[in-house]
Amino acid sequence: MKFKAMTAIAALVAAPLTAVAGPDEDNLVVNGEIEMVTTTDAPAHLQDTFDTIYSGWHFRSDETQALQMDDFENPAMVFVDQAQEMWDTVEGSEGKSCASCHEDVAESMKGVRAVYPKWNEAAGEVRTLSMQINACREDNMGADPFKYDSAQMAAMESLISVQSRGMPVNVAMDGPAAETWEQGKEIYYTRFGQLELSCASCHELNYGNMIRADHLSQGQINGFPTYRLKNAKLNTVHGRFKGCIRDTRAETFAPGSPEFVALELYVATRGNGLSVEGPSVRN
Amino acid sequence: MKLKSLTLAAALIGGVAHAAEVAPTEVSFDDYGAVETSLTGKPGDPAAGAIVVGSKSAGNCVACHQISALSDVPFQGEVGPTLDGAGDRWSEAELRGLMVNAKKTFDGTVMPAFYKTEGFVRPGDGYTGKAAGEDLPPLLSAAQIEDVVAFLVTLKEE
Ligand code: HEC
Ligand code: HEC
Repeated sequence: MKFKAMTAIAALVAAPLTAVAGPDEDNLVVNGEIEMVTTTDAPAHLQDTFDTIYSGWHFRSDETQALQMDDFENPAMVFVDQAQEMWDTVEGSEGKSCASCHEDVAESMKGVRAVYPKWNEAAGEVRTLSMQINACREDNMGADPFKYDSAQMAAMESLISVQSRGMPVNVAMDGPAAETWEQGKEIYYTRFGQLELSCASCHELNYGNMIRADHLSQGQINGFPTYRLKNAKLNTVHGRFKGCIRDTRAETFAPGSPEFVALELYVATRGNGLSVEGPSVRN
Repeated sequence: MKLKSLTLAAALIGGVAHAAEVAPTEVSFDDYGAVETSLTGKPGDPAAGAIVVGSKSAGNCVACHQISALSDVPFQGEVGPTLDGAGDRWSEAELRGLMVNAKKTFDGTVMPAFYKTEGFVRPGDGYTGKAAGEDLPPLLSAAQIEDVVAFLVTLKEE
């Protein structure tokens, strides 16, 4: 590489800095009918940090954004169809499908995505949606659990998420969930790895800024699962957390680990008030 | 390693060509985070430093900083301030301190410490996501730090 003098030529070919700064001001309406809240007041627990919270959708290019505005364009929708088949398919020793207990997914699962992760009284633990799906498979169907961040799990989560699209995320952080929430918060602010970066270093202090070729968002999870153009598949919340921690040159946690469950609970509550968008499209 | 004019000249006049390097754990900072003593005892090579600053696999400084002198490197970030004019704003010792551990200059900064080997939370083996081995090397070697410092001092406002 040559080390350029500050010539007139260098000035003319000056760095192709993208002129984007901060979230854009577009509106997200899916299929011309589901109006998404993608920008709203920060929830009370975040008000010392942010005035406003934004969906990751605002930080993507117009082309990527457009893919999420029409289900015929959204590449995630084929997985929703596949999951609908799984929903109706009998598996396991009990001879049951999801539909045997929950019947029409559009009725029974409406609003579910919006409140997960959620305290489960009988189990005495905070459960993510994936944990609940696997609890049903094992305990009620006698079927093998899905691998935590597998394609099947991401597809089933997408099917359940679709039923709540447009509803506000409303995840509880108080009562019996409080301890797990505090744990998640601590992880959020821990500076991991040899680069010593926390989630907050990128998504709180620097959202809206470019980090190399990436436009940093607030790292919200209201859009999960996300179909990423980069790897052409559905990505789970824990898969994303793993990638972000790996990028700090750290030893990551495993998908489904207690650490990531706590972190998911905490991050979900940072998005309280945004619409459920999943499955969304990202780059 | 190629012998660039600067290092060649230095090698000719400096008798102790292989003076011991200052180890990451032995760097001494002044009260403001500057590091007076060269880590290698030799002047760095600014051209080599420019490559370290611009390469994803080395310093990857452009992930966070914009640098007009490296306008042929695409996708320069906005997390940190532009480095244009850094050579006017900071002395060589201050720039060395910023490279070794910028947290000694800017408390709590997001900028990583490039010559540090201890005190991390769950350090990984590069970008594998696996745990680091026993001997974690610093992000940049002593020679790379000196090369980067030599490059940064050339960044003057016109
Ligand atoms: C080194 C910078 C960096 C760190 C540290 C980091 N991330 Fe990210 N993260 C990114 C980038 C770049 C993207 C992709 C662009 C975007 O959506 O911000 C991303 C995307 C995400 C997304 C997807 C958002 C969406 O709308 O699709 C989530 C969720 C996320 N990060 C959460 C986290 C959490 C939680 C942590 C801490 C465990 C974390 N990140 C740490 C850089 C980082
Ligand atoms: C993850 C982001 C990040 C990376 C990577 C990074 N820096 Fe920085 N740097 C910053 C931030 C942020 C500041 C501003 C200090 C502050 O207020 O926190 C800074 C400050 C500086 C300054 C002082 C700037 C001035 O003129 O006031 C220099 C010089 C510098 N960085 C050089 C480098 C070099 C050289 C590299 C690579 C070897 C590098 N940085 C990598 C984020 C980064």
